[in-house]
Amino acid sequence: MAIVYQKSKALTDAELHYCPGCTHGIIHKLVAETLEELGIIGTTVGIAPVGCSVFAYNYFTCDMMEAAHGRAPAVATGVKRTHPDLSVFTYQGDGDLAAIGTAEIVHAAMRGEKITTIFVNNAIYGMTGGQMAPTTLVGQKATTAPYGRQKEHYGSPIRMCEMLSTIDGCTYAERVTVTDVANVVKAKKAIKKAFTLQQQGAGFTFVEVLSTCPTNWGLSPLKAIDWLKDNMIPYYPLGVYANRTEEAK
Amino acid sequence: MAKELWKGNEAVAQAAIRAGCKYFFGYPITPQNEIPEYFSKHLPLVGGCFIQAESEIAAINMVYGAAGSGARVMTSSSSPGISLKQEGITYIACAELPAVIVNMMRGGPGLGNIAPSQADYFQATRGGGNGDYRTVVLAPATIQEAADLVQEAFDIADYYRNPVVVLADGMIGQMMEAIEWRDPKKRELPQKTWAANGTFDKREHNIINSLFIDAGDCTVQNKKLEEKYRAITQNEIRYDLSGDEEPEVVLVAYGTTSRIARAACIQLKEKGIKASLFRPITLWPFPEKALHDEAQKPSVKAVVTVEMSMGQMVDDVKIAVNGIKPVEFFGTGGGTIPTPQQIVQKIVTVVGGK
Repeated sequence: MAIVYQKSKALTDAELHYCPGCTHGIIHKLVAETLEELGIIGTTVGIAPVGCSVFAYNYFTCDMMEAAHGRAPAVATGVKRTHPDLSVFTYQGDGDLAAIGTAEIVHAAMRGEKITTIFVNNAIYGMTGGQMAPTTLVGQKATTAPYGRQKEHYGSPIRMCEMLSTIDGCTYAERVTVTDVANVVKAKKAIKKAFTLQQQGAGFTFVEVLSTCPTNWGLSPLKAIDWLKDNMIPYYPLGVYANRTEEAK
Repeated sequence: MAKELWKGNEAVAQAAIRAGCKYFFGYPITPQNEIPEYFSKHLPLVGGCFIQAESEIAAINMVYGAAGSGARVMTSSSSPGISLKQEGITYIACAELPAVIVNMMRGGPGLGNIAPSQADYFQATRGGGNGDYRTVVLAPATIQEAADLVQEAFDIADYYRNPVVVLADGMIGQMMEAIEWRDPKKRELPQKTWAANGTFDKREHNIINSLFIDAGDCTVQNKKLEEKYRAITQNEIRYDLSGDEEPEVVLVAYGTTSRIARAACIQLKEKGIKASLFRPITLWPFPEKALHDEAQKPSVKAVVTVEMSMGQMVDDVKIAVNGIKPVEFFGTGGGTIPTPQQIVQKIVTVVGGK
């Protein structure tokens, strides 16, 4: 029988711990396929964050490191600056990247670190049980925002793609989602582009993926996808935010 | 080799480069700025990389990444900056990564001041980070010793896969002394087969990690670390003992303070008080048995600890002496340097004399 589909060689056989309906699995798959297609599994080091994807180091067959909360871009800097020939990526959630790790991501971009960051934005702290994130939408309920996020109390959610795109060292920044096949294909393209640019020696590359959290949003997986489309995409529009590549010039 | 005049901080950086450290990640803080400055000038010349990070927190995590991928790497800072690095140090210790961390201590707590101090003894020897871990702590008293110990620190770190702290103070960082460059004793260092530096499709993936979500697994890791710490305690204890062989009083001091205590010993001799000076070179592992043996001598009436702190190492001295002789303390906190006269005065009140 002909093989029509098989798991990427960049994924281990470990069983994913993610909740049913969570889109981390799809995003892992896209990263893994990219590593395999570019032939860089053996020359890549991935940095896992703290948060839902804390165990990402168990899922990829490339060398992996587990960073302290928010520090993945600094850890990646340490790897890349000592091993410039390796491909280095961080895989971070919104609590990790947009709250505790804001300084690290901004300065990695500023230095034009030749790393790729996959930023999974699900507008909530998943692993710790649904607390408010800097990306939580105004009015969105969280366990630490039981009345919904109030703008006068916490301000408006932070848009990382937009913010990082203002930094010269950020070669490429794109926001994608994985809510349907068409968007999954676009997300794959963005991730592959980021890794390809890194291989070509470009500066900091950043792909934000809008992701669902059915468990902490209190929605079924399908309703979570609808909620993402109806609420997150209007506030976090999809698209390319920074493209300082040669081809763009 | 002819002696050369070196400033402490610059000697530390040059010693690291001599030891093959090509990577430095740091953040400015007085009184250790000459260390990053020296690296920023010299690392590019040896094909290395210097990064001034956005914070001490980022710097220590860059060290984690570099060490985790197998590079010889160090960072340096001074007291408040070392506080910020503690998170990274406990991760480095748990993930068993070799790295060297230099602390040119200054007055504290808080922002304190930029004067020499020894008030980070607890932080260095007890671990300012969370969990059961140990860092080897080397305490040079001269620029020569700083140059020697920094070089050896990298070998110790590699040999045990453990962070090594070089604990000095602003005095050692800022002053100049004549030193001779010499190599540390040769150690057979293990290959870094554990490093996350690319599988090159030739082995299973390596994972650098400090997360052991299963309590049983975490216990196993703790026991593994404990065994390593026991080996370090057996193999690496260093101290220097000088002065009278039948002392009435044993002075215990490390680093800069040991030099002031040495001057005090000369004055004590003139007063007819016999004193020995016990100088721990490793603060962890602490030379507990050697100090106990010294205190046990029948001639010894008391043990006096002198520190540029309000009393930190004195706890280890008490553990070592274990009640067999009285342990007294003299210290100056907040960046003040004790004088030999003050130390002599303290000892006269303890053991008597003119």
